[in-house]
Amino acid sequence: MSAVSVEILKKIYNNGVSSQSSVTALENFRLEIKRGEFTCIVGPSGCGKTTLLNLIGGLDKNFEGVISVNGVSPQRSSAVGYMFQSPRLMPWLNVGQNVGLVVDKEPNKDKKIKELLSEMELDKFINAYPKSLSGGMRRRAALARAFITEPDLLLLDEPFLSLDVPVANRLRKMLLNLCKRRSATAVFVTHDLREAIYLGDRLVFMSGTPGRVVLDLLVDLPSQRLPEDPDVERFRHNLLEQHPRLLAGLIEDTESVGNT
Amino acid sequence: MTVTTKIKNRYSLKVTSLILFLCVWQFASIWIDVDVLPSPARVASSIHEHLFAGDLLSSVAITLARVGVSFFIAMAFGVAVGVLMGRNRNWDAALDGLLILSLNLPALVVIILCYLWFGLGEFAAVLAVSINKFPIVVVNMREGAKAVDMDLLQVTQAFKVSPYRTFFKVYLPQLYPYLLASARSGLALVWKIVLVVELLGRSDGVGFKLGIYFQFFDITSILAYSFAFIFVVMIIELLVIAPLDRRLMEWR
Repeated sequence: MSAVSVEILKKIYNNGVSSQSSVTALENFRLEIKRGEFTCIVGPSGCGKTTLLNLIGGLDKNFEGVISVNGVSPQRSSAVGYMFQSPRLMPWLNVGQNVGLVVDKEPNKDKKIKELLSEMELDKFINAYPKSLSGGMRRRAALARAFITEPDLLLLDEPFLSLDVPVANRLRKMLLNLCKRRSATAVFVTHDLREAIYLGDRLVFMSGTPGRVVLDLLVDLPSQRLPEDPDVERFRHNLLEQHPRLLAGLIEDTESVGNT
Repeated sequence: MTVTTKIKNRYSLKVTSLILFLCVWQFASIWIDVDVLPSPARVASSIHEHLFAGDLLSSVAITLARVGVSFFIAMAFGVAVGVLMGRNRNWDAALDGLLILSLNLPALVVIILCYLWFGLGEFAAVLAVSINKFPIVVVNMREGAKAVDMDLLQVTQAFKVSPYRTFFKVYLPQLYPYLLASARSGLALVWKIVLVVELLGRSDGVGFKLGIYFQFFDITSILAYSFAFIFVVMIIELLVIAPLDRRLMEWR
Protein backbone atom coordinates (compact mmCIF):
# COMPACT_ATOMS: atom_id res chain seq x y z
CA MET A 1 0.00 0.00 0.00
CA SER A 2 1.26 3.50 -0.88
CA ALA A 3 1.90 5.98 1.89
CA VAL A 4 0.17 8.64 -0.18
CA SER A 5 -2.23 8.10 -3.04
CA VAL A 6 -3.42 11.15 -4.97
CA GLU A 7 -6.00 11.24 -7.75
CA ILE A 8 -7.26 14.75 -8.32
CA LEU A 9 -9.63 15.14 -11.23
CA LYS A 10 -10.06 18.84 -10.72
CA LYS A 11 -9.34 21.48 -8.12
CA ILE A 12 -10.95 24.82 -8.85
CA TYR A 13 -10.66 28.11 -6.96
CA ASN A 14 -13.76 30.25 -7.24
CA ASN A 15 -12.50 33.80 -6.91
CA GLY A 16 -15.80 35.55 -7.58
CA VAL A 17 -19.42 35.13 -8.45
CA SER A 18 -18.98 34.52 -12.19
CA SER A 19 -17.60 31.27 -13.60
CA GLN A 20 -15.03 33.29 -15.59
CA SER A 21 -13.25 34.32 -12.42
CA SER A 22 -12.68 30.72 -11.30
CA VAL A 23 -9.22 29.19 -11.74
CA THR A 24 -8.45 25.51 -12.27
CA ALA A 25 -5.40 24.92 -10.09
CA LEU A 26 -4.97 21.16 -10.64
CA GLU A 27 -6.36 18.83 -13.28
CA ASN A 28 -5.96 15.06 -13.77
CA PHE A 29 -3.19 14.93 -11.18
CA ARG A 30 -2.18 11.40 -10.20
CA LEU A 31 0.61 10.45 -7.81
CA GLU A 32 1.52 7.43 -5.69
CA ILE A 33 4.22 7.82 -3.05
CA LYS A 34 5.90 4.83 -1.40
CA ARG A 35 6.52 4.60 2.33
CA GLY A 36 9.84 6.21 3.34
CA GLU A 37 10.28 7.92 -0.04
CA PHE A 38 11.50 11.53 -0.23
CA THR A 39 9.56 13.02 -3.14
CA CYS A 40 10.29 16.50 -4.44
CA ILE A 41 7.52 18.27 -6.30
CA VAL A 42 9.07 20.74 -8.73
CA GLY A 43 7.22 23.31 -10.76
CA PRO A 44 6.96 26.98 -11.62
CA SER A 45 5.42 29.52 -9.25
CA GLY A 46 1.64 29.34 -9.19
CA CYS A 47 1.39 25.83 -10.69
CA GLY A 48 -0.53 24.47 -7.71
CA LYS A 49 2.27 22.98 -5.57
CA THR A 50 1.02 24.51 -2.33
CA THR A 51 -2.55 23.59 -3.27
CA LEU A 52 -1.42 19.98 -3.69
CA LEU A 53 0.21 19.95 -0.23
CA ASN A 54 -2.89 21.52 1.34
CA LEU A 55 -5.03 18.80 -0.21
CA ILE A 56 -2.70 16.00 0.95
CA GLY A 57 -2.55 17.58 4.41
CA GLY A 58 -6.34 17.77 4.64
CA LEU A 59 -6.38 21.57 4.89
CA ASP A 60 -8.63 21.80 1.85
CA LYS A 61 -11.47 19.34 1.17
CA ASN A 62 -12.98 21.14 -1.78
CA PHE A 63 -11.85 19.15 -4.84
CA GLU A 64 -12.94 16.41 -7.21
CA GLY A 65 -11.05 13.17 -6.70
CA VAL A 66 -9.66 10.90 -3.99
CA ILE A 67 -6.64 11.30 -1.71
CA SER A 68 -5.57 8.78 0.89
CA VAL A 69 -2.76 8.99 3.44
CA ASN A 70 -1.80 5.64 4.93
CA GLY A 71 -5.07 4.24 3.63
CA VAL A 72 -7.37 6.85 5.20
CA SER A 73 -8.59 10.28 4.17
CA PRO A 74 -6.19 13.17 4.96
CA GLN A 75 -8.65 14.55 7.53
CA ARG A 76 -8.53 11.27 9.48
CA SER A 77 -4.80 10.72 9.21
CA SER A 78 -3.14 11.94 12.38
CA ALA A 79 0.53 11.17 11.74
CA VAL A 80 1.27 14.13 9.44
CA GLY A 81 3.85 16.86 10.02
CA TYR A 82 3.68 20.11 8.09
CA MET A 83 6.27 22.77 7.44
CA PHE A 84 4.92 25.88 5.77
CA GLN A 85 6.72 28.43 3.60
CA SER A 86 6.95 30.75 6.60
CA PRO A 87 7.63 29.18 10.03
CA ARG A 88 4.20 30.22 11.39
CA LEU A 89 5.28 30.12 15.03
CA MET A 90 2.85 31.57 17.57
CA PRO A 91 4.51 34.85 18.70
CA TRP A 92 3.02 34.57 22.21
CA LEU A 93 4.46 31.09 22.83
CA ASN A 94 8.13 30.45 23.49
CA VAL A 95 10.09 27.94 21.40
CA GLY A 96 9.36 25.01 23.72
CA GLN A 97 5.67 25.85 23.87
CA ASN A 98 5.50 26.27 20.10
CA VAL A 99 6.99 22.84 19.54
CA GLY A 100 4.77 21.31 22.25
CA LEU A 101 1.62 22.97 20.90
CA VAL A 102 1.00 20.19 18.39
CA VAL A 103 1.42 17.41 20.96
CA ASP A 104 -1.45 16.80 23.31
CA LYS A 105 -1.04 14.97 26.61
CA GLU A 106 1.91 12.66 26.32
CA PRO A 107 3.99 11.25 29.22
CA ASN A 108 7.44 12.20 27.90
CA LYS A 109 6.40 15.37 26.11
CA ASP A 110 8.90 17.71 27.83
CA LYS A 111 11.76 15.27 27.40
CA LYS A 112 10.97 14.83 23.71
CA ILE A 113 10.82 18.59 23.17
CA LYS A 114 14.20 19.06 24.86
CA GLU A 115 15.79 16.25 22.86
CA LEU A 116 14.47 17.53 19.56
CA LEU A 117 15.48 21.11 20.30
CA SER A 118 18.91 19.91 21.30
CA GLU A 119 19.16 18.12 17.95
CA MET A 120 18.22 21.39 16.27
CA GLU A 121 20.76 23.25 18.44
CA LEU A 122 17.96 25.29 19.92
CA ASP A 123 18.03 23.92 23.47
CA LYS A 124 19.40 27.20 24.82
CA PHE A 125 16.47 29.05 23.28
CA ILE A 126 13.69 26.87 24.67
CA ASN A 127 12.25 29.83 26.63
CA ALA A 128 12.85 32.45 23.94
CA TYR A 129 10.00 34.07 22.03
CA PRO A 130 10.09 33.79 18.21
CA LYS A 131 10.67 37.52 17.73
CA SER A 132 14.07 37.19 19.40
CA LEU A 133 15.17 34.41 17.01
CA SER A 134 16.87 34.69 13.61
CA GLY A 135 15.11 33.48 10.45
CA GLY A 136 17.12 30.24 10.42
CA MET A 137 16.37 29.55 14.09
CA ARG A 138 12.66 30.04 13.49
CA ARG A 139 12.78 27.53 10.63
CA ARG A 140 14.61 25.07 12.90
CA ALA A 141 11.90 25.51 15.51
CA ALA A 142 9.26 24.89 12.83
CA LEU A 143 11.18 21.78 11.74
CA ALA A 144 11.23 20.55 15.35
CA ARG A 145 7.49 21.15 15.56
CA ALA A 146 6.98 19.14 12.38
CA PHE A 147 8.92 16.20 13.83
CA ILE A 148 7.70 16.21 17.44
CA THR A 149 4.64 14.14 16.55
CA GLU A 150 6.93 11.52 14.93
CA PRO A 151 4.97 11.77 11.70
CA ASP A 152 4.78 9.03 9.09
CA LEU A 153 4.32 11.72 6.48
CA LEU A 154 6.05 15.07 6.34
CA LEU A 155 4.77 17.83 4.07
CA LEU A 156 7.20 20.66 3.35
CA ASP A 157 6.26 23.72 1.35
CA GLU A 158 9.44 25.49 0.16
CA PRO A 159 10.55 25.65 3.79
CA PHE A 160 14.02 27.04 3.14
CA LEU A 161 13.01 29.77 0.71
CA SER A 162 14.75 33.13 1.17
CA LEU A 163 17.32 31.77 3.63
CA ASP A 164 20.98 32.38 2.97
CA VAL A 165 22.79 29.44 1.38
CA PRO A 166 24.83 28.12 4.38
CA VAL A 167 21.82 28.24 6.71
CA ALA A 168 19.54 26.60 4.13
CA ASN A 169 22.08 23.83 3.48
CA ARG A 170 22.48 23.18 7.19
CA LEU A 171 18.72 22.86 7.54
CA ARG A 172 18.54 20.57 4.51
CA LYS A 173 21.10 18.25 6.13
CA MET A 174 19.14 18.28 9.38
CA LEU A 175 15.96 17.43 7.49
CA LEU A 176 17.57 14.53 5.64
CA ASN A 177 19.03 13.12 8.87
CA LEU A 178 15.71 13.31 10.67
CA CYS A 179 13.80 11.75 7.78
CA LYS A 180 16.30 8.93 7.48
CA ARG A 181 16.37 8.17 11.20
CA ARG A 182 12.61 8.19 11.55
CA SER A 183 11.88 6.55 8.17
CA ALA A 184 9.41 9.30 7.38
CA THR A 185 7.81 9.74 3.99
CA ALA A 186 8.37 13.30 2.76
CA VAL A 187 6.70 15.42 0.11
CA PHE A 188 8.90 18.45 -0.48
CA VAL A 189 7.69 21.28 -2.69
CA THR A 190 10.29 23.48 -4.38
CA HIS A 191 10.99 25.40 -7.54
CA ASP A 192 14.73 24.95 -7.07
CA LEU A 193 16.02 22.08 -9.25
CA ARG A 194 19.36 21.71 -7.44
CA GLU A 195 17.62 21.53 -4.07
CA ALA A 196 15.26 18.88 -5.42
CA ILE A 197 18.11 16.73 -6.81
CA TYR A 198 20.09 17.04 -3.60
CA LEU A 199 17.19 16.09 -1.32
CA GLY A 200 14.90 13.83 -3.30
CA ASP A 201 14.74 10.10 -4.00
CA ARG A 202 12.26 11.02 -6.66
CA LEU A 203 11.41 14.15 -8.65
CA VAL A 204 7.91 14.94 -9.84
CA PHE A 205 7.65 17.86 -12.26
CA MET A 206 4.46 19.82 -12.63
CA SER A 207 3.21 21.84 -15.57
CA GLY A 208 1.98 25.41 -15.33
CA THR A 209 -1.66 26.09 -14.45
CA PRO A 210 -3.62 23.84 -14.33
CA GLY A 211 -0.96 21.75 -12.61
CA ARG A 212 -0.48 18.12 -13.60
CA VAL A 213 2.43 15.67 -13.58
CA VAL A 214 4.61 16.11 -16.68
CA LEU A 215 7.70 14.17 -15.61
CA ASP A 216 8.28 11.64 -12.86
CA LEU A 217 11.76 10.21 -12.35
CA LEU A 218 13.92 8.57 -9.69
CA VAL A 219 17.17 10.17 -8.62
CA ASP A 220 19.68 7.34 -9.11
CA LEU A 221 22.46 8.96 -7.10
CA PRO A 222 24.19 7.73 -3.92
CA SER A 223 21.99 8.48 -0.92
CA GLN A 224 24.87 10.03 1.06
CA ARG A 225 25.37 12.79 -1.51
CA LEU A 226 26.33 16.36 -0.73
CA PRO A 227 24.97 19.46 -2.44
CA GLU A 228 28.35 20.24 -3.94
CA ASP A 229 28.86 16.69 -5.31
CA PRO A 230 29.65 16.66 -9.05
CA ASP A 231 26.98 13.93 -9.41
CA VAL A 232 24.28 16.40 -8.42
CA GLU A 233 25.44 18.92 -11.01
CA ARG A 234 25.80 16.19 -13.67
CA PHE A 235 22.30 14.91 -12.97
CA ARG A 236 20.94 18.43 -13.30
CA HIS A 237 22.88 19.06 -16.48
CA ASN A 238 21.66 15.80 -18.09
CA LEU A 239 18.11 16.54 -17.06
CA LEU A 240 18.17 19.98 -18.61
CA GLU A 241 19.70 18.50 -21.79
CA GLN A 242 17.17 15.69 -22.06
CA HIS A 243 14.12 17.83 -21.35
CA PRO A 244 14.98 21.32 -22.55
CA ARG A 245 11.47 22.14 -23.71
CA LEU A 246 9.81 20.58 -20.75
CA LEU A 247 11.90 22.37 -18.20
CA ALA A 248 12.47 25.67 -19.98
CA GLY A 249 10.56 28.37 -18.25
CA LEU A 250 9.11 25.95 -15.73
CA ILE A 251 11.89 26.02 -13.22
CA GLU A 252 13.63 28.91 -11.65
CA ASP A 253 16.96 27.16 -11.75
CA THR A 254 18.49 29.01 -8.85
CA GLU A 255 22.03 28.63 -7.63
CA SER A 256 21.11 28.27 -3.98
CA VAL A 257 22.26 24.70 -3.29
CA GLY A 258 25.86 23.68 -3.49
CA ASN A 259 27.50 27.06 -3.79
CA THR A 260 28.48 27.37 -0.18
CA MET B 1 19.77 55.26 28.61
CA THR B 2 18.96 51.96 30.37
CA VAL B 3 15.45 50.50 30.57
CA THR B 4 15.32 51.05 34.36
CA THR B 5 16.24 54.72 33.93
CA LYS B 6 13.57 55.13 31.26
CA ILE B 7 10.91 53.57 33.55
CA LYS B 8 12.05 55.78 36.46
CA ASN B 9 11.81 58.84 34.21
CA ARG B 10 8.30 57.89 33.11
CA TYR B 11 7.17 57.45 36.75
CA SER B 12 8.70 60.75 37.79
CA LEU B 13 6.86 62.45 34.89
CA LYS B 14 3.58 60.94 36.09
CA VAL B 15 4.15 62.07 39.67
CA THR B 16 5.29 65.54 38.58
CA SER B 17 2.18 66.10 36.45
CA LEU B 18 -0.06 65.02 39.35
CA ILE B 19 1.74 67.36 41.77
CA LEU B 20 1.46 70.18 39.22
CA PHE B 21 -2.29 69.55 38.88
CA LEU B 22 -2.72 69.71 42.69
CA CYS B 23 -0.73 72.96 42.85
CA VAL B 24 -2.84 74.59 40.11
CA TRP B 25 -5.99 73.41 41.88
CA GLN B 26 -4.74 74.75 45.24
CA PHE B 27 -3.94 78.18 43.77
CA ALA B 28 -7.21 78.28 41.82
CA SER B 29 -9.17 77.56 45.00
CA ILE B 30 -7.52 80.59 46.65
CA TRP B 31 -8.60 82.89 43.81
CA ILE B 32 -12.09 81.41 43.37
CA ASP B 33 -14.65 81.20 46.18
CA VAL B 34 -13.69 78.21 48.36
CA ASP B 35 -17.30 76.98 48.42
CA VAL B 36 -17.32 76.78 44.61
CA LEU B 37 -13.86 75.23 44.30
CA PRO B 38 -12.71 73.69 47.58
CA SER B 39 -8.95 73.18 47.94
CA PRO B 40 -7.38 69.70 47.63
CA ALA B 41 -6.63 69.76 51.35
CA ARG B 42 -10.25 70.44 52.16
CA VAL B 43 -11.40 67.61 49.84
CA ALA B 44 -8.89 65.25 51.46
CA SER B 45 -10.18 66.20 54.89
CA SER B 46 -13.74 65.62 53.65
CA ILE B 47 -12.78 62.14 52.37
CA HIS B 48 -11.32 61.36 55.81
CA GLU B 49 -14.48 62.62 57.51
CA HIS B 50 -16.87 60.63 55.25
CA LEU B 51 -14.69 57.57 55.54
CA PHE B 52 -14.68 57.41 59.34
CA ALA B 53 -17.80 59.32 60.35
CA GLY B 54 -20.00 58.82 57.28
CA ASP B 55 -20.87 55.98 54.94
CA LEU B 56 -18.35 56.54 52.15
CA LEU B 57 -16.95 53.02 52.43
CA SER B 58 -20.34 51.28 52.18
CA SER B 59 -21.43 53.57 49.31
CA VAL B 60 -18.25 52.83 47.39
CA ALA B 61 -18.66 49.08 48.07
CA ILE B 62 -22.27 49.10 46.79
CA THR B 63 -21.32 51.02 43.62
CA LEU B 64 -18.30 48.77 43.09
CA ALA B 65 -20.52 45.68 43.30
CA ARG B 66 -22.86 47.14 40.65
CA VAL B 67 -19.88 48.06 38.48
CA GLY B 68 -18.46 44.52 38.83
CA VAL B 69 -21.68 42.67 37.99
CA SER B 70 -22.56 44.97 35.04
CA PHE B 71 -19.00 44.82 33.74
CA PHE B 72 -18.87 41.02 33.71
CA ILE B 73 -22.33 40.66 32.12
CA ALA B 74 -21.46 43.18 29.38
CA MET B 75 -18.06 41.59 28.76
CA ALA B 76 -19.35 38.00 28.67
CA PHE B 77 -22.18 38.66 26.25
CA GLY B 78 -20.23 41.28 24.29
CA VAL B 79 -17.28 38.92 23.72
CA ALA B 80 -19.56 36.06 22.63
CA VAL B 81 -21.60 38.17 20.20
CA GLY B 82 -18.56 40.11 18.93
CA VAL B 83 -16.61 36.92 18.14
CA LEU B 84 -19.70 35.41 16.47
CA MET B 85 -20.09 38.50 14.26
CA GLY B 86 -16.38 38.61 13.48
CA ARG B 87 -16.26 34.95 12.45
CA ASN B 88 -19.56 34.63 10.60
CA ARG B 89 -20.55 37.00 7.81
CA ASN B 90 -24.25 36.09 8.02
CA TRP B 91 -24.43 36.87 11.74
CA ASP B 92 -22.48 40.06 11.10
CA ALA B 93 -24.95 41.16 8.44
CA ALA B 94 -27.94 40.18 10.56
CA LEU B 95 -26.81 41.97 13.72
CA ASP B 96 -24.94 44.96 12.29
CA GLY B 97 -28.02 47.18 12.04
CA LEU B 98 -29.01 46.41 15.62
CA LEU B 99 -25.46 47.10 16.75
CA ILE B 100 -25.42 50.55 15.13
CA LEU B 101 -28.82 51.26 16.68
CA SER B 102 -27.66 50.25 20.16
CA LEU B 103 -24.42 52.24 19.81
CA ASN B 104 -26.43 55.38 19.11
CA LEU B 105 -29.05 54.84 21.77
CA PRO B 106 -28.44 57.46 24.49
CA ALA B 107 -27.41 55.97 27.83
CA LEU B 108 -30.03 58.02 29.61
CA VAL B 109 -32.85 56.63 27.43
CA VAL B 110 -31.77 53.06 28.19
CA ILE B 111 -31.66 53.79 31.92
CA ILE B 112 -35.11 55.45 31.95
CA LEU B 113 -36.67 52.67 29.86
CA CYS B 114 -35.18 49.94 32.08
CA TYR B 115 -36.55 51.66 35.20
CA LEU B 116 -39.96 52.12 33.55
CA TRP B 117 -40.16 48.53 32.29
CA PHE B 118 -38.61 46.65 35.21
CA GLY B 119 -39.17 49.04 38.14
CA LEU B 120 -36.68 50.91 40.32
CA GLY B 121 -34.83 47.76 41.32
CA GLU B 122 -31.37 46.25 41.24
CA PHE B 123 -32.14 44.18 38.16
CA ALA B 124 -33.12 47.22 36.08
CA ALA B 125 -30.04 49.14 37.29
CA VAL B 126 -27.58 46.41 36.36
CA LEU B 127 -29.36 45.67 33.09
CA ALA B 128 -29.28 49.35 32.06
CA VAL B 129 -25.53 49.60 32.68
CA SER B 130 -24.82 46.31 30.90
CA ILE B 131 -26.88 47.31 27.84
CA ASN B 132 -24.95 50.57 27.59
CA LYS B 133 -21.57 48.86 27.69
CA PHE B 134 -22.47 45.77 25.63
CA PRO B 135 -22.33 47.24 22.05
CA ILE B 136 -18.90 48.80 22.64
CA VAL B 137 -17.50 45.40 23.65
CA VAL B 138 -19.16 43.81 20.60
CA VAL B 139 -17.53 46.32 18.21
CA ASN B 140 -14.09 45.78 19.77
CA MET B 141 -14.33 41.99 19.77
CA ARG B 142 -15.75 41.85 16.25
CA GLU B 143 -12.66 43.67 14.99
CA GLY B 144 -10.49 41.33 17.06
CA ALA B 145 -12.13 38.23 15.62
CA LYS B 146 -11.76 39.60 12.08
CA ALA B 147 -8.05 40.21 12.67
CA VAL B 148 -7.36 36.62 13.77
CA ASP B 149 -4.52 35.22 11.65
CA MET B 150 -5.95 32.30 9.66
CA ASP B 151 -2.44 31.09 8.76
CA LEU B 152 -1.79 30.39 12.43
CA LEU B 153 -5.09 28.56 12.78
CA GLN B 154 -4.12 26.49 9.75
CA VAL B 155 -1.12 25.21 11.72
CA THR B 156 -3.42 23.63 14.30
CA GLN B 157 -5.60 22.25 11.51
CA ALA B 158 -2.56 20.68 9.80
CA PHE B 159 -1.39 19.03 13.02
CA LYS B 160 -4.92 18.01 14.08
CA VAL B 161 -4.66 19.96 17.36
CA SER B 162 -7.80 19.58 19.50
CA PRO B 163 -10.41 22.38 19.32
CA TYR B 164 -9.88 23.07 23.05
CA ARG B 165 -6.13 23.61 22.64
CA THR B 166 -6.67 25.57 19.42
CA PHE B 167 -9.06 27.95 21.18
CA PHE B 168 -6.97 28.57 24.30
CA LYS B 169 -3.47 28.47 22.79
CA VAL B 170 -3.97 30.02 19.36
CA TYR B 171 -7.33 31.77 19.02
CA LEU B 172 -7.78 33.46 22.40
CA PRO B 173 -4.24 34.94 22.63
CA GLN B 174 -4.95 36.83 19.41
CA LEU B 175 -7.99 38.38 21.08
CA TYR B 176 -6.16 39.45 24.27
CA PRO B 177 -5.29 43.01 23.06
CA TYR B 178 -8.93 43.59 22.15
CA LEU B 179 -10.15 42.04 25.43
CA LEU B 180 -7.82 44.24 27.45
CA ALA B 181 -8.83 47.36 25.50
CA SER B 182 -12.50 46.50 26.10
CA ALA B 183 -11.86 45.89 29.80
CA ARG B 184 -9.99 49.18 30.24
CA SER B 185 -12.50 51.36 28.40
CA GLY B 186 -15.32 49.30 29.90
CA LEU B 187 -14.33 49.87 33.49
CA ALA B 188 -14.09 53.61 32.96
CA LEU B 189 -17.42 53.79 31.14
CA VAL B 190 -19.36 51.40 33.38
CA TRP B 191 -18.66 53.23 36.61
CA LYS B 192 -19.72 56.54 35.10
CA ILE B 193 -23.02 55.04 33.92
CA VAL B 194 -23.55 53.32 37.29
CA LEU B 195 -23.45 56.75 38.97
CA VAL B 196 -26.22 58.04 36.67
CA VAL B 197 -28.26 54.88 37.28
CA GLU B 198 -27.88 55.32 41.06
CA LEU B 199 -28.69 59.01 40.85
CA LEU B 200 -31.91 58.34 38.94
CA GLY B 201 -33.33 55.30 40.64
CA ARG B 202 -31.43 53.82 43.59
CA SER B 203 -31.39 54.70 47.27
CA ASP B 204 -27.74 53.86 47.91
CA GLY B 205 -24.32 53.98 46.29
CA VAL B 206 -22.00 56.82 45.28
CA GLY B 207 -24.42 58.14 42.63
CA PHE B 208 -27.25 58.42 45.14
CA LYS B 209 -24.97 60.28 47.55
CA LEU B 210 -23.83 62.67 44.81
CA GLY B 211 -27.50 63.45 44.15
CA ILE B 212 -28.07 64.36 47.79
CA TYR B 213 -24.95 66.55 48.00
CA PHE B 214 -25.99 68.22 44.75
CA GLN B 215 -29.28 69.24 46.38
CA PHE B 216 -27.30 70.76 49.29
CA PHE B 217 -24.78 72.38 46.92
CA ASP B 218 -22.05 70.58 48.89
CA ILE B 219 -19.26 70.64 46.31
CA THR B 220 -16.63 69.44 48.80
CA SER B 221 -18.54 66.20 49.48
CA ILE B 222 -19.26 65.72 45.76
CA LEU B 223 -15.52 65.91 45.03
CA ALA B 224 -14.70 63.75 48.07
CA TYR B 225 -16.97 60.94 46.86
CA SER B 226 -15.80 61.28 43.26
CA PHE B 227 -12.11 61.17 44.13
CA ALA B 228 -12.62 58.27 46.51
CA PHE B 229 -14.18 56.24 43.73
CA ILE B 230 -11.60 57.33 41.14
CA PHE B 231 -8.97 56.15 43.61
CA VAL B 232 -10.65 52.73 43.84
CA VAL B 233 -10.81 52.39 40.03
CA MET B 234 -7.14 53.38 39.79
CA ILE B 235 -6.27 50.69 42.33
CA ILE B 236 -8.15 48.12 40.21
CA GLU B 237 -6.25 49.27 37.12
CA LEU B 238 -2.94 49.15 39.01
CA LEU B 239 -3.44 45.81 40.79
CA VAL B 240 -5.54 43.85 38.31
CA ILE B 241 -5.59 45.16 34.73
CA ALA B 242 -2.02 46.45 34.39
CA PRO B 243 -0.40 43.23 35.76
CA LEU B 244 -2.74 41.15 33.56
CA ASP B 245 -1.73 43.26 30.56
CA ARG B 246 1.97 42.78 31.36
CA ARG B 247 1.53 39.03 31.78
CA LEU B 248 -0.54 38.43 28.65
CA MET B 249 1.47 40.78 26.44
CA GLU B 250 4.91 39.79 27.76
CA TRP B 251 5.88 38.34 24.36
CA ARG B 252 5.61 41.77 22.72
